[in-house]
Amino acid sequence: MAPTFFFYLFSIVLVLCAAMVVSARNPVHSVLFLIGAFFNAAALFLIAGAEFLAFILVIVYVGAVAVLFLFVVMMLDVDFEQLRGGVQRYMPVGIAVGVLLLAELIFVIAGWHVHPGAAQLRFAPAPAGVSNTVALGQIIYTKYILLFQAAGLVLLVAMIGAIVLTLRDRRSSRHQRIAVQNARMPGDTMELLDVVLGAGVGAGDIRRPKVTEPDGIGDDPHGHGGGHHKAEAHHAPEGR
Amino acid sequence: MIGSMPVGVGHFLVVSAILLMLGVFGIFLNRKNVIVILMSVELILLAVNLNLVAFAAALGDLAGQVMAMFVLTVAAAEAAIGLAIVVVYFRNRGSIQVEDVNLMKG
Repeated sequence: MAPTFFFYLFSIVLVLCAAMVVSARNPVHSVLFLIGAFFNAAALFLIAGAEFLAFILVIVYVGAVAVLFLFVVMMLDVDFEQLRGGVQRYMPVGIAVGVLLLAELIFVIAGWHVHPGAAQLRFAPAPAGVSNTVALGQIIYTKYILLFQAAGLVLLVAMIGAIVLTLRDRRSSRHQRIAVQNARMPGDTMELLDVVLGAGVGAGDIRRPKVTEPDGIGDDPHGHGGGHHKAEAHHAPEGR
Repeated sequence: MIGSMPVGVGHFLVVSAILLMLGVFGIFLNRKNVIVILMSVELILLAVNLNLVAFAAALGDLAGQVMAMFVLTVAAAEAAIGLAIVVVYFRNRGSIQVEDVNLMKG
């Protein structure tokens, strides 16, 4: 009886949180409701006996992904009220598609049954007597090792991609550019003069070394090209 | 049912169907806000995971839970890349409206 009660409790809260995610006016509230939805989904996972996935959901999703969303929502200075426009226009088609999808799924759910031979087709029957985490560990690192490594590769590619996308080379410091250094000729920086013997350094022409402005410093402080003067003001404190 | 679960698998399927419906509805409702669209995609993937875990528990098969773990991995990668794209796009254009994304329209 208690599992049924908690199942309905967590399910109702989960559905309410999900509804608030898509309908909240403030995206920060959306992210917070998303966190609530993840917590309740983790509780449902626990009821279904998938303890390890419940922990993963709380640790990875609430701890990392939702916080990432929160960072981005708070970092971008967007007028979110203006983004709410058109809700009335999109509401009917959204409701139509959603209700259609829900009706189809409920028809499917009402009509399915398990094939009697399904027990023989199981890939990895759950071993008796060990906890869920132990059982998952016993098959992830043996039977599904290639998939596990592929998942690691997916994460690596995602990490590199995110860094490459968001890294900005602002050139605010004077980099050492070895190719430019090696390509320098003596004539570019030094000038030899014939000085008349005994004339001194009068007449105001003390020769100074040629000043060659190193190109690339300061001509494009944002690195990625123009067209974003609107966003200029937000970057001003960084432009030291 | 083969496995043992305190709650019937049909209950889980209904909850995940509602969750998926809400995710699709959210994509239609917030057509302009990329961040909420990404959150809706997260909701849809959560519904998929709930389905996988429910069937894994109902059939006593751990492969479903392994699959759900990989879905979680891909969803995390997708969120990271999507948010990076949003940040770069906002840096270049100063807005995140989906309707402004027409640079490649020609």
